[in-house]
Amino acid sequence: MRKPLEPVQVVKTRRDAALRALVSGVPYIQFLGIEFDRRGDELTAVLPFDDKLIGNPLLPAIHGGVTAAFLEVTAIIELSWSLLWEDMEAGRIDLATLDPLHLPRLPKTIDFTVDYLRSGLPRDAYARARVNRSGRRYASVHVEAWQDNRTRLFAQATGHFLMPPPPGTDD
Amino acid sequence: MTDPDAKLQLARQFIEAIPHSRALGMRLDALGEGAAEISMPYDLRLVGDPRTGVIHGGAVSALMDTCCGAAVMSHPGSAAGTATIDLRIDYMRAATPGQRIVARAEVYHITRTVAFLRATAHDDDTARPVATATGAFTVERPKGGQV
Repeated sequence: MRKPLEPVQVVKTRRDAALRALVSGVPYIQFLGIEFDRRGDELTAVLPFDDKLIGNPLLPAIHGGVTAAFLEVTAIIELSWSLLWEDMEAGRIDLATLDPLHLPRLPKTIDFTVDYLRSGLPRDAYARARVNRSGRRYASVHVEAWQDNRTRLFAQATGHFLMPPPPGTDD
Repeated sequence: MTDPDAKLQLARQFIEAIPHSRALGMRLDALGEGAAEISMPYDLRLVGDPRTGVIHGGAVSALMDTCCGAAVMSHPGSAAGTATIDLRIDYMRAATPGQRIVARAEVYHITRTVAFLRATAHDDDTARPVATATGAFTVERPKGGQV
């Protein structure tokens, strides 16, 4: 017999709580002011413009390091989110204990290559990541970032990540 | 070029006028001709993993990018500024929490339009780098002028 479908609000509350726990526990994400929009399992990272993100005061333009950091944060959260999703949907994660210190470990960056396509304007920036390969030990993730127009990317990046050990194993 | 101390002083003011570099507490420690050393202190706001207190890779990228940019601008063949074309960072190990991170960058080749850079970052243990980087940066020359 089929399990009865959960009420939509229960599903949304659970997914939002998991995402919040993942994002709010990382001080650096808060420092840059990055937020995540969720539509089903699709995430969009949002970087609201702020004066402290400026790298060239004359233009002004967003600091290249901020762009790199924004893309890297987006890639790591997307990858962690994709790892968390199945366990969360299957009810294998206890939401009551879901705080930053009890989340599954985050993947570690092995390398990250950023392609700067145009200068980052003093506007909000958006980014979406795609996990191209997610193996037991390694993952490859591509990220795209834009500002006013979705088709005019201002930066893109590819990174390789070391997957966290499965729960219950010591590393 | 004028006296090296004056040059360093000028470059320091330039780096410190960049809002994001100031937000990360970056300090220009040394400047050569096509080489730079910039460091930043350990800061709890920059932590990427709350369990270990390790600084986020993104903050190390910001340090590397700034240091590479400073190295390009210090090169005698590039006076009017620069922008990053591409930057690849390899993360060798986690930086030790509590320690300063020091980045060193050098222009190892420059053409009329592009500068090629290598950089490394380390903490107190200078024998084992935290990260290395390679990048390509634009070379912007003063309009109409000879360099």
